[in-house]
Amino acid sequence: MAYVAIADRDHEIEHHDPTTFITKYVWSQDHKVIAIQYGVTALFVGLIALILSGMMRLQLGFPNSFSFITPIEYYQFITMHGMIMVIFLLTALFLGGFGNYLIPLMIGARDMVFPYMNMVSYWLYLVSVIILLSSFFVTGGPTGAGWTLYPPQAILPGTPGTDWGIVLMLGSLAVFIVAFTMGGLNYVTTILQARARGMTLMRMPLSLWGIFVATILGLLAFPALFVSAVMMTLDKVAGTSFFMPAIMSMGETLSHEGGSPILFQHLFWFFGHPEVYIVALPAFGLVSDLLSTHARRNIFGYRMMVWAILAIGGLSFIVWAHHMYVSGMNPYFGFFFATTTLIIAVPTAIKVYNWVLTLWKGDIHLNTPMLFAIGFIFTFTHGGLTGIFLGNVVVDLPLSDTYFVVAHFHMVMGVSPILVVFGSIYHWYPKITGKMYNETLGKVHFWLTFLGTYAIYLPMHYLGFLGVPRRYFAMGDTEFIPESAFVLNQSITISALFVGVVQLLFLYNIIVSLKKGKPAGPNPWRATTLEWQTPDTPPKHGNWGDNLPVVHRWAYDYSVPGYHEDFIPQNVSPDEAPVTEEHGPDT
Amino acid sequence: MPLAIVLILLVLGSLVFHFVSPWTFTPIASNWGAIDFTIDITFWVTGFVFVAVNLFMAYAIIRYRHREGIKADYEPENTKLEVWLTVITTILVAALLAPGLIVWAKFVTPPENAIEIEAIGQQWKWTFRLPGEDGDFGHTDARLITVDNPFGINPDDPSGQDDILVDDAIVHIPVNEPVLFWLRSKDVLHNFTVAQFRVKMDLVPGMETYMWLEPTVVGEYEILCEELCGIAHHAMRGRVVVDEPADYQAWVASQPTFAELQAKAPGDPALGAASYAVCSACHGAQAEGLALLNAPKLSGQDPIYLKRQLQNYKAGLRGIHEDDVNGRIMAPMAATLVTDAMIDNVIAYIGTLDDIPAPATLDGDVAHGAKLYALCANCHGKDGQGIKMNAPRQAGINDWYLLSQLKNFKQGLRGRHPQDLGGKQMRAMALTLQDEQAMLDVIAYINSL
Amino acid sequence: MTITLVLLAIIMATVIGWLLRQSLSSEPWNANDPVENEPGRGVLNIDPAKIGLLSFLAVATSLFALFMSAYMMRMNLGDWRPLTEPNLLWANTAVLVLASFAFQLTRNAATREQLSTVKIGLVAGGLFTTLFLLGQLVAWQQLNAAGYYMTSNPANAFFYLLTALHGLHLLGGMWVWGRTTIRVLSGADVRSVRLSVELCTVYWHYLLLVWIGLFGLLLST
Repeated sequence: MAYVAIADRDHEIEHHDPTTFITKYVWSQDHKVIAIQYGVTALFVGLIALILSGMMRLQLGFPNSFSFITPIEYYQFITMHGMIMVIFLLTALFLGGFGNYLIPLMIGARDMVFPYMNMVSYWLYLVSVIILLSSFFVTGGPTGAGWTLYPPQAILPGTPGTDWGIVLMLGSLAVFIVAFTMGGLNYVTTILQARARGMTLMRMPLSLWGIFVATILGLLAFPALFVSAVMMTLDKVAGTSFFMPAIMSMGETLSHEGGSPILFQHLFWFFGHPEVYIVALPAFGLVSDLLSTHARRNIFGYRMMVWAILAIGGLSFIVWAHHMYVSGMNPYFGFFFATTTLIIAVPTAIKVYNWVLTLWKGDIHLNTPMLFAIGFIFTFTHGGLTGIFLGNVVVDLPLSDTYFVVAHFHMVMGVSPILVVFGSIYHWYPKITGKMYNETLGKVHFWLTFLGTYAIYLPMHYLGFLGVPRRYFAMGDTEFIPESAFVLNQSITISALFVGVVQLLFLYNIIVSLKKGKPAGPNPWRATTLEWQTPDTPPKHGNWGDNLPVVHRWAYDYSVPGYHEDFIPQNVSPDEAPVTEEHGPDT
Repeated sequence: MPLAIVLILLVLGSLVFHFVSPWTFTPIASNWGAIDFTIDITFWVTGFVFVAVNLFMAYAIIRYRHREGIKADYEPENTKLEVWLTVITTILVAALLAPGLIVWAKFVTPPENAIEIEAIGQQWKWTFRLPGEDGDFGHTDARLITVDNPFGINPDDPSGQDDILVDDAIVHIPVNEPVLFWLRSKDVLHNFTVAQFRVKMDLVPGMETYMWLEPTVVGEYEILCEELCGIAHHAMRGRVVVDEPADYQAWVASQPTFAELQAKAPGDPALGAASYAVCSACHGAQAEGLALLNAPKLSGQDPIYLKRQLQNYKAGLRGIHEDDVNGRIMAPMAATLVTDAMIDNVIAYIGTLDDIPAPATLDGDVAHGAKLYALCANCHGKDGQGIKMNAPRQAGINDWYLLSQLKNFKQGLRGRHPQDLGGKQMRAMALTLQDEQAMLDVIAYINSL
Repeated sequence: MTITLVLLAIIMATVIGWLLRQSLSSEPWNANDPVENEPGRGVLNIDPAKIGLLSFLAVATSLFALFMSAYMMRMNLGDWRPLTEPNLLWANTAVLVLASFAFQLTRNAATREQLSTVKIGLVAGGLFTTLFLLGQLVAWQQLNAAGYYMTSNPANAFFYLLTALHGLHLLGGMWVWGRTTIRVLSGADVRSVRLSVELCTVYWHYLLLVWIGLFGLLLST
């Protein structure tokens, strides 16, 4: 009866509702406020990264036409864009934002298990963001080493930002990792120990499974980034030789000797590859719930979906060196890593099939969140399949380090998760704010973003086929690249700028709807999961009023035959929702 | 409904784009056709899945769109279907992986009889080394690299004496013979890529990496660096020339060995003085330069740079563009130095002349110039004195000359010949200066050094 | 990376194995499934704070394992000159064992609610730990005096880095220890600190294990 004790212990603790503005909105320990803080901060830095990408695209589409972009700025933009998008936007938003908001609500808890630590987690995240952005204002500017920060180049002259930029970057990452660890311990413990009565693990919505497994991956993988950041900082500041071999720089021999740049790459990608799934798994989870809710149909093959998440999570730790096929590592590793990489395609494919099969025989309502979810299936399928090119070691030979790679990873972990982010924000906006967003604007936002991003990234694959290298400031005179490639680059730039501007629609929509949106009601999507069953919308501090919910069923009782409604919330008991037997499920 | 139609159109559009787009792999020029074949298989398999999944989804959206009074089907799972899908996917994946691994096995085991060539990268240029007659490369160490020993070869290692050194970014290889490239970096990570050969590999400081191929088509190909190596990454270019065997042998024979270079006598200033008489008419008796005749100051300039430019003029890599009036005047003058020894002598003589810094004649925004110069400093030195193994001195050279050359580079009057790789690199960097004002600002900063 | 992979494989296998056990027999769509409705299913009978600590130990394991992997990969490169570990480290190890032992006694006493033993045990544990940390500092000084500077060889750099990292973890533990000790000494009830004492004990045992692992690695190379 342990869990009853834990769930009900809650009654013993008095919930002092925070009264002052400061304790309510600033030093808040309420998971919902912290989630919004995380979300807003992440979207803010994401906006900065979006602007940076626009500037890069200006240079690539119209080389040497803008005096504010020299190679120095270009590499700084590229580095900050990548790092912000991957770590400070996507990781923070999915786990810090959606994780914080949804975990306690979806499992029927009043808050995270360690609310104080949760608060500290956000503030440390903010500190890491401030450290990162401060590098724009120091001598030499931010680092321009590329988001992978490969030594020796990252800490030597010849790369922008080797005065302070790289040190601030590494410091910012270290703080972020501490912040993430605090949050992550909270998410894991909360999911394990604070579920409402009846909420077994297998009754959890897939959103939670995605967030849960992604958090475990993060907890185990981020230390690798921490280790490499610490060692590189020592190489830079104290003059050690962890990663630095005997080399020269700018005509002078340096005092380092013996270190191995490949060692850094192993550590980095040991973090870097699970990181892909730290972003992807929550997206997988959230999109499953969007699809199921708006198709009014249970997610197809729930158990298989859970096992696929677990399999992907486990496998993600043994595929890292597929980022290093041409790095000069022992080439025999290629056999192993190509095999593991392609194996991971199987559970991933199963997820795609099950999403599509969820639509099959559904009752599809094409609301804005659903549009984004279906858009995700399209872009993710595309990006996943191009991943099979790059994972297969020989096919990677001509394609690696070209725009094919850029197109692939933007498709699979840029556009796809962002579509889920938008879909999820629209989906939960009514619960978070109590107001409905503007549906028409939301749909316009979807169409322009979806078609616009495809116009960016589909042609970009073909630049890669041509052999256009990535991370080039300008293509310049290259004999084997036809003039028409420059036209292609211009069209990509125009699409990119267009898509960038379109995001203002989204900001406008979510800001204006705060005031002008129609009241949404507690459960506008007629969804089954617990967060839609709260007594108040938006949920108040403590979420559930006097009584915690009791869970009687899984999260996907949509269109159950023999029941008069097309959904049965998780906290409705079989007695309250009698199902007439003659139409019962035949499984 | 519109969504389904758009999805169908996107799928069809992607296919059409793929088949009609002119943007595809450049024609292959090596033995790695198997890679192209694997790509083709991958394309067909993944393309099939892409089309099938998305068309199915579009169909589902049309067929099961919301209609009043129709309820969705309730089916938690269908084990049989899921198992089938898993099995089919696994088979497809295995079908893609197997050929890939077979080709990879070939790639990681170079043939025994391959010709060995070492490609050396540094920020931001290529050089090459051949093992010479004994077939062994001499031992190298980054700590031994000096201006006189730019390859860092250990002089005490006998197998290094006959190593053939190519201090230029152009390498020749024979057609239809396997070539094993050993890759070495002096400073940071680089990557050796020739798009037409399909294969590539990183250069990693502190260790040697390798890759092999067999060129199949005679011709000239560009080497690109494809691993971010700093701000001039995109300007780090080289060339590989695939020759008929006889031409290849001739090329090898024309390259100096390490021992020859070490034993080479320095230029004789006394002999050079006689040749310089021709030069002094324009460049001045003290090689101080003469603005009136657009002849720059030569005294105090980096000898390696002077020699390279004289050779470029002679070989028709510079001073060929019809608008490069001054270059076209210099080209025949350079031709009067018939042998390399004569060039060495003249340069030795110039080295004896007084190095009086040229007066500043141009003005600009020094602060802005300082910002822009951050880009230049990596090769030309923080103090503008040049870095011997990279790029020439700029401080103290006539500022009007710097301006004219920056313009030449930017307009393509200089640095466009495919074999002038140093010039090509400078052209790429000069292009980052937007206009004449930016050039003046940089020059004003150089004047202040 | 072998160490890391092995340790992470163990962690992942435990997690995934446990999760699979929860899910294999389950038919979650069946609202009347007695298995699903079984109370307490899928919840570990452990205090949340302990789950939090165990998760943190998994993170720390990943961190130390990665450092050790990096150590072993770097060790195989040419310029590695192993350093002679000062004999003081043996004494330090003994002191850390004593600290761990003291915490175990404290924990047992806390379970039996013996306040005076808890007080003595906590103070002893803290003292031994401080002694260990001081001992490590002295070992650093000895190495420095013998010319093993951080920058002169990666073996030295790793030694300083690994010991510092371990020391920092202990210092973090000392913060919790400090709060607990102050509460006990200022007259708090034993029951109110029992959880903290238990957490400290687990943490100290864990760090002792890590230290033995690190020390073994340093000695054997």
